[in-house]
Order: sequence, then structure tokens, then C-alpha cells
Amino acid sequence: MKHSDLIVIGAGPAGMAAAATAAEAGLSVTLLDEQQRLGGQIYRDVDRVAPKRGDILGADYTHGATLTAAIRRQGIEHVEGAVVWAIEDGFRVSFTKDGRGAQVSGDRVILATGALERPMPVPGWTLPGVITAGAAQILLKQSGVLPRRAVLVGSGPLLYLIAAQMVRAGTPPLALVETQTRGDLLGAARHLGGALRGWNYLAKGLAMLSEIRRAGVSRYAGATAVAVEGSDRAEAVSFQCGGTRHRIDCDTVLLHHGVVPNTQAARSLGVTHEWDAGQSCFSPVRDRWGATNVEGVFIAGDGAGIGGAKVAEIAGRIAALKVAEELGKLSESERDRKAAPLHRQRAGESAVRPFLDAAYPPFREALAPEDATIVCRCEEVTAGDIRRYAKLGCLGPNQTKAFGRAGMGPCQGRYCGLTVTALLAQANGLSPDETGYYRIRPPLKPVTLGELAAMVDHADEAAE
Amino acid sequence: MKTASPFLELESGPRVRVWLDEAPLDLPEGANLAAALLAAGVREFRNTPVSGAPRAPFCMMGACFDCLVDIDGVTRQACMLEVVEGMRIARPNQPEAADEAQ
Repeated sequence: MKHSDLIVIGAGPAGMAAAATAAEAGLSVTLLDEQQRLGGQIYRDVDRVAPKRGDILGADYTHGATLTAAIRRQGIEHVEGAVVWAIEDGFRVSFTKDGRGAQVSGDRVILATGALERPMPVPGWTLPGVITAGAAQILLKQSGVLPRRAVLVGSGPLLYLIAAQMVRAGTPPLALVETQTRGDLLGAARHLGGALRGWNYLAKGLAMLSEIRRAGVSRYAGATAVAVEGSDRAEAVSFQCGGTRHRIDCDTVLLHHGVVPNTQAARSLGVTHEWDAGQSCFSPVRDRWGATNVEGVFIAGDGAGIGGAKVAEIAGRIAALKVAEELGKLSESERDRKAAPLHRQRAGESAVRPFLDAAYPPFREALAPEDATIVCRCEEVTAGDIRRYAKLGCLGPNQTKAFGRAGMGPCQGRYCGLTVTALLAQANGLSPDETGYYRIRPPLKPVTLGELAAMVDHADEAAE
Repeated sequence: MKTASPFLELESGPRVRVWLDEAPLDLPEGANLAAALLAAGVREFRNTPVSGAPRAPFCMMGACFDCLVDIDGVTRQACMLEVVEGMRIARPNQPEAADEAQ
């Protein structure tokens, strides 16, 4: 089994920056990533795509090429297409690559597993033709594929970004149906100080909005009673806005109301998570270096709490400096000297976040869906089912599995976990922390017996 | 399956022949399989084992498992695969009636 000082899981901004910083400090690093090429979701496939579609995707995307260049410059072992399914103490990381199981070991682990779209259970959200806004971005970035007749629904800056990119690509969305209200914006005004420190983010947001407006895209704000209509596929979005019922015919619906930390790997290791009321999600408890309660396990990037790509990159560097110090490659004073400007930069880049979180809150209806709405996509368990389980005495998400298989499908709760916690918390009059979350166990992704049987030892292979 | 795709492709590269439910389909070589199938007008990727409801890609990042297809007899996430010449793709749990959609 190949051994490294540090194993980094995830090759987005946090993972790439962590790996490069650690290697620069003299650590041996193995970088595991599910995708075939560096970039994560935010910089997906940036090396191949930036020359082709950089103008549509913008400078914030092409910046990712500086991170991929650093990985190559440091000669880091990047194992692409590595689907990690177990992380055990010690640390031993098991993954599948090209149809075969494999393992690597390391003294420290930095989890840089990023974010997932916040589940947005509205009627019809399981229909073909309904995708997340993030999925639309991935389609555009990696494949140059865009929906022709799309309606964007939800709240948050990512909706403006994909709308602006669609405008640039010549297929503007049919409409932007936003769920946040004027009241949310007014409420966010108390965070204006932070927002002004993050003025560059606001300026970008306003520029995107004017791009969308110039393209003549209809915008609706404060939408309620949102539903995707259609029998076998999405045919229209209907909603209430300003006392009027609207219905917009379309082929594709893009849903988004924020992203949340992807906590699967951290939870499987026993990392403590707490409810973050400001971001309406669970986040791992970690110190300023990204260190968790599990010794040797660090978390950097959106997986540690949503901060965006720049914050993730900085957090990756910070965690790597701490690991380099722990493994004797940097003295404490060297670590602190290198980290001081990074801590300051992170504070600056994070300043706008409380404003954004308050101005673009999650869509209330999707946090407490109506009874008939499916919340667990895999096992087709509805919100009404979960409420019924609560009436029968179900206190926590792990019990919902026994009641009706919620969270037991292949996605392992990634797209229902937060909703199930919210529904049980509401029904039982408990907080999210008291209600808890699914217990996540390996395998984190499905693995076939054939893949296990074909398990190879990379060190043996290299020796041959 | 309709021929007109709800998705637009910005580029066109060399294509290779694959088989979807035994029918030939030409997709961009090396493209993300889920994206390529969407762009080719494939609307439904599978039916659910619970109710038989149709599903198609949702997250495009390997997390939701809604884009599951059978590749050479093994159920895989289409969004995590690249198009390879000769790939044999089947849509899991299809109701009998869907066969005439070709």
C-alpha cells in the first residue's frame, strides 16, 4: 500500500491548494478525486475548458487554472477517477478506480469534499427535466451543453451566475423565479458592514443582474406555491407572485436555494457536526486550522461551512500549513508567519457571507414541504410519510430508515438528510441538533464485489 | 425518446457509435456520458425500482444517483462516465411499453 504524509480527498479549490501548499513545504501528498480531471465542481475540467469557453464562464472560473498548474509544478500524485468509499483510522483510504479497488495510507487526511446543492423538495422536483442550478453549470462548463427553454427557480447568487452565463452563451433562460423576498433583503441590511467589506462580490452580483436584465429575462421575486408540472417530464413551472398565479411552459427547470457542506466523509469518520443557524445546515466543528475532533483529520473548503471558492482555496492552504508543522516540516513560528496573511485574507473574503445568507435564505416551502411531496428521491418517501413516522414515535433520522427506508437508497441521504432532520425537528418540537442526522457509514459510494475482488496494491504494482 | 433535444451543444467534435437499448446512437467521443445523452435528446434515463417513475440526471456530480444506467450489465452513474466507442447502455427498470419509444 502506498504511504504518503498527507492524503487530500477532493481536487477542488481547497484540495488543490492544500495539496500544493503541503508539497511545497516538503510533504509527500496523494490527491484523490472522483473526477477524471482536476478542478472539482467550481473549476470543473478547467484546463480543457478555459481555452474554449473562458469568455462565457468568466475570470472567476479560469482562475482555477492557476491551482491546477501548481499541482503539476509540485509533481503531486493526483489519482483521478478515484471514488473513495472508506476512510479508516490510521489512515487507510479505500477507493475504486477503473473498476478495481485500491488503498493508500497516510499520516494525515484533509477532507476537501466541497458542497452539495441544498435539497429543494417542491412538487415535481423528481421529474426528468428538473436539474439543480449546479448541474446546469457543470453541463455548461464540462460539456458545453445548455438547456434551451429553462426556468430558474429559487434564491441565491448562483442563480444569477448561471443566468448570466446562459445569456452570454446565447440561450437566456425564459424566466428567473426567485423565492427570496424584499423583507429578506431588508433583514440582511444589518449585515451591510460586512457586505461593504466584500464589495467586490456585490459589484459582481449587480453586474450579473444588469446582464440578465438587458437580455430581457423576466424576473419574479417572493414566489410561493412553487411546483413543477408535468406527468413524465417537466412541462411547466407554476407559482404565486404578487397575488397572481403564474405558469411558464418550459423543458428544463433549474432549482437552487443555496449549497450545503457535503459531510458524508467527515461523518463516517466520527467528526462532530453542529447546526449552523445562519446557513441552515450542519457543519463540522473545526478550529481555525480546519482540525476536527478526530485527530489527524482536517476539513477545508465548503465541506467545512459554505464560504465559496476563494475562501476554500485559502482554507486549504491554512490546513496544509498546520499539517506541515505537525509533521515537522515547519516550525510553529514559520507556520504562523505563513498563515497570518491567509487568516486575514479569509476574513476579508468571508465578510460578505452573512449578508448573502440573510438576503438569499432557503425557500421556506422547501424546508417544510407539503405532505404529498417526495423528500427521499431514492426511496420515494414523502414529507407526509416522515410526519407520520414522527406521530408514531420516530425521534431521529436513523429511525426513519426502519420506518420507511428514507435515506437508504444509493444517494445515502445526500439529498434528503437535511429535509428529514427538519421535518422531524418540526414535528417533535426539537432543535436540529437534538434531532441529529443520519449515521453515515462506509461504503460512502457503492462498490461492487468485482471491484473489491480486483483490489490492487499500488506499491506492489510499482515494485514490479 | 424525442429527436429534438431540450439541450443545445455549443461544440461538435468527432462522434463514436454507442448502443442505447440496442439502438445505435452517435455521441461525442470522450464526452461526459450523461451530458451527451441529454444533448442527444434522451429524456428518461431509468425508471425507479419503487414506483417505476421516470428519472434523469439531477445533480451531474455523482451525488444523487438519478442518472443510473446499465453499462455492459453493471449499473453505473452516467454523469461519472465518459463516452467510449461501442458502449452498450441500457435503461434500468423500463416498463415494457417504453420499448416502442424508439
